Amino acid sequence: MSDAPLLQMEDLRVHFDTDEGIVKAVDGVSLVVNRGEMLGIVGESGSGKSVANMTILGLTRASNASISGRISFEGKELTTMEGEELRAIRGNEISMIFQDPLSSLHPFYKVGRQLVEAVRVHQDVSKEAALARSIELLGLVGIPDPERRVGEYPHEFSGGMRQRVMIAMALTNDPKLLIADEPTTALDVTTQAQILKLIERLRQEFGMAVIMITHDLGVVAEVADRVMVMYAGRGVESGTLEQVFYDPQHPYTWGLLGSLTRIDRPRTARLAQIAGQPPSLISLPEGCHFRNRCPHSFAKCTSTPPLEQRGGEPGHTDRCWLDPERKQALRVVSTGEFGLEAA
Amino acid sequence: MARYIIRRLLWSVLLLGIVSAVVFVLFYVFPSADPAQLRAGRQANADQIAAIRESLGLDQSILTQFWIYIKGVFTPLDLPGTDSHGPLYFGRSYQSNADVKDVIFSDLPATGLLVFGAVVVWLAVAFPVGIISAIRQRTLLDRSTMITTLIFISAPVFWLGLVALYLFSKDVGVFPIFPGIGSYSQADDFLGRVGSMLLPWAVLAAATAAIYARYLRSQMIDVMEEDYIRTARAKGLPERRVIARHVLRSAVTPIVTLLGLDVAVLLAGNAILTETVFNIPGVGAETFNAIKRSDLPMIQGITLFGAFFIVTLNLLVDIAYAYLDPRVRYR
Repeated sequence: MSDAPLLQMEDLRVHFDTDEGIVKAVDGVSLVVNRGEMLGIVGESGSGKSVANMTILGLTRASNASISGRISFEGKELTTMEGEELRAIRGNEISMIFQDPLSSLHPFYKVGRQLVEAVRVHQDVSKEAALARSIELLGLVGIPDPERRVGEYPHEFSGGMRQRVMIAMALTNDPKLLIADEPTTALDVTTQAQILKLIERLRQEFGMAVIMITHDLGVVAEVADRVMVMYAGRGVESGTLEQVFYDPQHPYTWGLLGSLTRIDRPRTARLAQIAGQPPSLISLPEGCHFRNRCPHSFAKCTSTPPLEQRGGEPGHTDRCWLDPERKQALRVVSTGEFGLEAA
Repeated sequence: MARYIIRRLLWSVLLLGIVSAVVFVLFYVFPSADPAQLRAGRQANADQIAAIRESLGLDQSILTQFWIYIKGVFTPLDLPGTDSHGPLYFGRSYQSNADVKDVIFSDLPATGLLVFGAVVVWLAVAFPVGIISAIRQRTLLDRSTMITTLIFISAPVFWLGLVALYLFSKDVGVFPIFPGIGSYSQADDFLGRVGSMLLPWAVLAAATAAIYARYLRSQMIDVMEEDYIRTARAKGLPERRVIARHVLRSAVTPIVTLLGLDVAVLLAGNAILTETVFNIPGVGAETFNAIKRSDLPMIQGITLFGAFFIVTLNLLVDIAYAYLDPRVRYR
């Protein structure tokens, strides 16, 4: 059991039927999260990273949504799970924190009350015990004077402190998996670093796995064990942090890495950017979703490349038809410009 | 908070003063008809009219009249033998010669019973309808309910009232299941009055219930999109609790504001159509009569009472808001 992955997502598709057409927010995502590890999911806005992860907890089940594929959590299928069973997972075995901590807390309830609610929905304890646990959790996530602050409203906290409250709420029931959906995006840079350190520390203390969703490669580089790069509803590359950063296989990943600002490069060097715009999720190109923006696309790209090991080491997969040898050659040119050397 | 309330109260008094002045100017400086002439009847000669004008004090300068009026309203004591008649003295009705405040006080119970009963009815209807429509958004049930509410909103009260009487009232109704027209004045105990109010409550509440149901629905649908509702679900809360404790809590807050103002306006005499149709001797019916007969002291008294209700309920709403939304703090 302990060798089996904690969470396994296979070919997840989440499509929304809207007035404009069918939005293919997630269009075939497969991933694995092992116990205790931190998986970083990187992608720009609209790449489907949030939707895919909210689907884990069944939070995307709108009347206009159609969900297919499989999400298996400790052997239990989550996409079809309902009612009590699903509620017993939410906030208990899998919990989630979100991008904007102010709008994610109910503005009319005291922080303590919201924490107590999270405790008592899964544990049969008295209000007093739940409050004591809430205070303990607030202390654990580094909120000073938790006895007093537990009686305050969310708007009385700073951004970073609010995110700590969200983290405390997520940790309430000792989850096995924490999904952090851009937890630092709304925060200033110093606070970002503190929150990342906190999540990393708590991961080790609680022994939980973390999915860190971000558009910031720097965040991933700092904390993730493994990385998955998403583009237009699909995972395009996946591997360990070293594999993806030092031996990137997919042209989109090259572009992402190239657009990083680097302190060791001359300031006059122009920041590389990926030409064009991400495709509309309503009218995605046939085959590889990146091909319209890819400088290396060729005839074969009109059919969809599966996410599998190609040029990378074992465990390193990507979705690009280019010949591995050719990739090496192209990448030297490209990444030379980006300041990356081929491994 | 205490400081805020005191300041608001002082403002309210000033506001009522301004309202009295405006009403005074409107009705005395530009009267719709000469009250003395109305009072004198059809066959009066010029001398009689002049005598009446003098007895009503209408021959004095406008400033003097206004001063007498203000003194009457704001003097706290009734001093026999002087022109101080105690607080809230708006003068005597041109029509019945009764003290205006006594007339209004005698009208208030009927209006009060009508309005508060109607509030209970419309909230009791609007909440379940709004909540169910919001939860079952875009289903057939939601759509048909929302169309029905539109019909009730569009139906004028006088029409709805007459239809209701025609269908249900005891004396003329096709399905005489409700006590009917004029029975409020005939009822001799409280229960009888409540019985006579059933139909008026339904009629007065109909449009408002529909408006509140729609408003609550749209509020709830907005709130359900909020991030903190996603958080509540992600916590593992049962959907019932998400709706009852998290969605409703936010959606109800603006409705409190609406409710306060609606109650105030109805108490101020806006139930005029319902009261007229059902022959309820309330403030609204009194307003109707007073306007019809250019009974200026009555109109003035009713207007100022109305302004008082509106100002007071506004203040209550603002205070309630501070308790409902902790982000609001008054200084």
